[in-house]
Amino acid sequence: MTPRVVFPNKILPYLLVAPQLAITLVFFYWPASQALYQSMLREDPFGLKSQFVWFDNFKKVLSDPNYINSIEVTAIFSISTAMLSMVAALILAVMADKVVRSRNLYRTLLIWPYAVAPAIAGMLWLFLFNPSIGSLAYALRWMGIAWDPLLKGDQAMVLVVMAAAWKQISYNFLFFVAGLQAIPKALIEAAAIDGARELKRFWTIVFPLLAPTTFFLLVVNTVYAFFDTFGIIHAVTGGGPGKATETLVYKVYNDGFVNLILGDSAAQSVILMVIVIALTAVQFRYVERKVHYG
Amino acid sequence: MKVTGIAAGFAAAFTFYSTTSAFAVTEISWWHAMTGANNEVVEQLSKEFNESQSDYKVSPVFKGTYPETLNAGIAAFRAKQAPNIIQVFDAGTGTMMAAEGAMKPVAEVLSMGGKPFDKSQYLPGIVAYYSKPDGTMLSFPYNSSSPILYYNKDIFQKAGLDVDNPPKTWSEVWDAAKKIKSSGAAPCGFTSTWLTWIHTENFAAWNNYQWGTQENGIAGPNVELKVNSEPFVKHFQALADLAKDGTFKYGGRTSEAKQIFLAGECGIFTESSGGLGDIVKSGMNYGTGMLPYDTESQNTIPGGASLWVFGGKSEEEYKAVAAFFNFLSQTDIQARLHQVSGYLPVTLAAYEKTKADGFYEKNPAREIPIKQMMGKEPTENSKGVRLPNLPQVRDIMNEEYEKMLAGQQTAQQAMDNIVQRGNAAIKEATQ
Repeated sequence: MTPRVVFPNKILPYLLVAPQLAITLVFFYWPASQALYQSMLREDPFGLKSQFVWFDNFKKVLSDPNYINSIEVTAIFSISTAMLSMVAALILAVMADKVVRSRNLYRTLLIWPYAVAPAIAGMLWLFLFNPSIGSLAYALRWMGIAWDPLLKGDQAMVLVVMAAAWKQISYNFLFFVAGLQAIPKALIEAAAIDGARELKRFWTIVFPLLAPTTFFLLVVNTVYAFFDTFGIIHAVTGGGPGKATETLVYKVYNDGFVNLILGDSAAQSVILMVIVIALTAVQFRYVERKVHYG
Repeated sequence: MKVTGIAAGFAAAFTFYSTTSAFAVTEISWWHAMTGANNEVVEQLSKEFNESQSDYKVSPVFKGTYPETLNAGIAAFRAKQAPNIIQVFDAGTGTMMAAEGAMKPVAEVLSMGGKPFDKSQYLPGIVAYYSKPDGTMLSFPYNSSSPILYYNKDIFQKAGLDVDNPPKTWSEVWDAAKKIKSSGAAPCGFTSTWLTWIHTENFAAWNNYQWGTQENGIAGPNVELKVNSEPFVKHFQALADLAKDGTFKYGGRTSEAKQIFLAGECGIFTESSGGLGDIVKSGMNYGTGMLPYDTESQNTIPGGASLWVFGGKSEEEYKAVAAFFNFLSQTDIQARLHQVSGYLPVTLAAYEKTKADGFYEKNPAREIPIKQMMGKEPTENSKGVRLPNLPQVRDIMNEEYEKMLAGQQTAQQAMDNIVQRGNAAIKEATQ
């Protein structure tokens, strides 16, 4: 039992949380309420004429086939990005855990890409795979693959998934390494003495014990793929070709800032806000229940 | 040490003096989207204007790409912090025109400055594009350009094509492109920037085909697109067919294809006349020609950007803006701007001066866009293209073109989809 903390002063606790509350109010609640209000307006870009339309913008957005397409794109993109970056990170973490010599060097190098800004990561991959000047594009063509992400939607998707996943591998690696270290060595040694091979030990002991980390990362990676990949998509494909890589976040930007349809864009961002709240709720419930695992 | 100290003291005193004197000066802000060499021109012009007189001071502020600048202006207007002058790209013209209460027509600003706007001094094709249907000029043309044809003379030579006579019609372009590809002179025959602006909007004007009703939106906002007619379908089917074996290579939605041409991958290239600078800089052995047409040429329409003046400012500030625009309209400035940057001159006097100077004999490429725009009296199909949501309609076109070039649909399907989706978007934007 942890002892209950009691503050004798009635005002001080509120004062202490006041700065945080003020920041949340100014930078979250205020813009969020503006978005909510905007999502029920239909107006011209300059705000000269505006009309309150209740939920018409939501109806319009949700019945728009392009929005449905965007949901599919986001699902494919997020699942692929999360899976790819987590699998790669897990393999690297398990390998790095086995290294005895210069372990820290490997770890540092593997964490490095996390410091690269998304737009720059996007540009890097764009250059490597640029159909005209990219060195890897040249290699692909040499292997007989007709590489043209400017026109082929599936290739463009592969490109943005790789760029987004590559950037996230370091983060996942860090958590997997920490998770691996928390697994008692005695368990693994006992299994080894019982004759379990390495692969068997991994699937029956290490992987189940890593489950809390894996689940946590799954949520974090999904949120990342949803919201933090705008820079990559903007730099690499701009949502194209066609609408093959237009994710929900990119569509908010495109409709609001390029096409200047503010009502639709605001309605979409409110829908996104609901999705984030749901994802965060899942994460909190999970973390509360399972954080003391093992 | 002592000397530098005194000098620093003088400098500080001077700065102090000049900042205090700035209170008497009317300062106006100019938000723009010019980068690189073009940004230097903006800075240089502002500096020269500020030094030429002591009543007004213009301060240019770079605000990002064209759409970013437009957004910054809109956001600033909504927050009641609008700048005096904002540079808006061609596709944003309709958006600005629809916001009548937010803007002050340039013709009105100029007459507040004491020098009423005289239409006859300006290049008609450009002024018409930035004017209301009744002829009032709404914005000040700053950088205008028009698409022309470029070709790589080395590749032409290798392919056995006539180096001094670039193709004039589209069917000649297709033949030349095929010859370049089949002879192995280059991996691709033809590429182009801006399939929307060049191959749809200018294609329509230059060939006198109808792009949309209501004179393509110049006469009124309720436009219905007509781009699924036979000439457009034929043109894009030709492009799609050439794309199959790489004779035509797609570069991207805006100016990306320029890199393909500069890399020597393609022999023929259509691009804005404003793109000449980069091609000259690359050192390529290039040639230029008029934008190709089908059977007979009409006139092309301008692209680029113009300067808009926000409403609700003080009279002094409008006088400052008027003084700045009058400064920009001077023949010497316009002629220099035209010769250095490759933008079209705004006034006829600047064009005549450049001609008299013999500039075009050495730089024939500079005169091509002017000739294209001044050749004939514009018809209802060739005055320009104007929609309150042109960027959105261009996006729709780009998406359908990409699907078509990837072989997922025919040109007829692409053009039908554009008309159907585009009309729905226009209706939504104008209701």
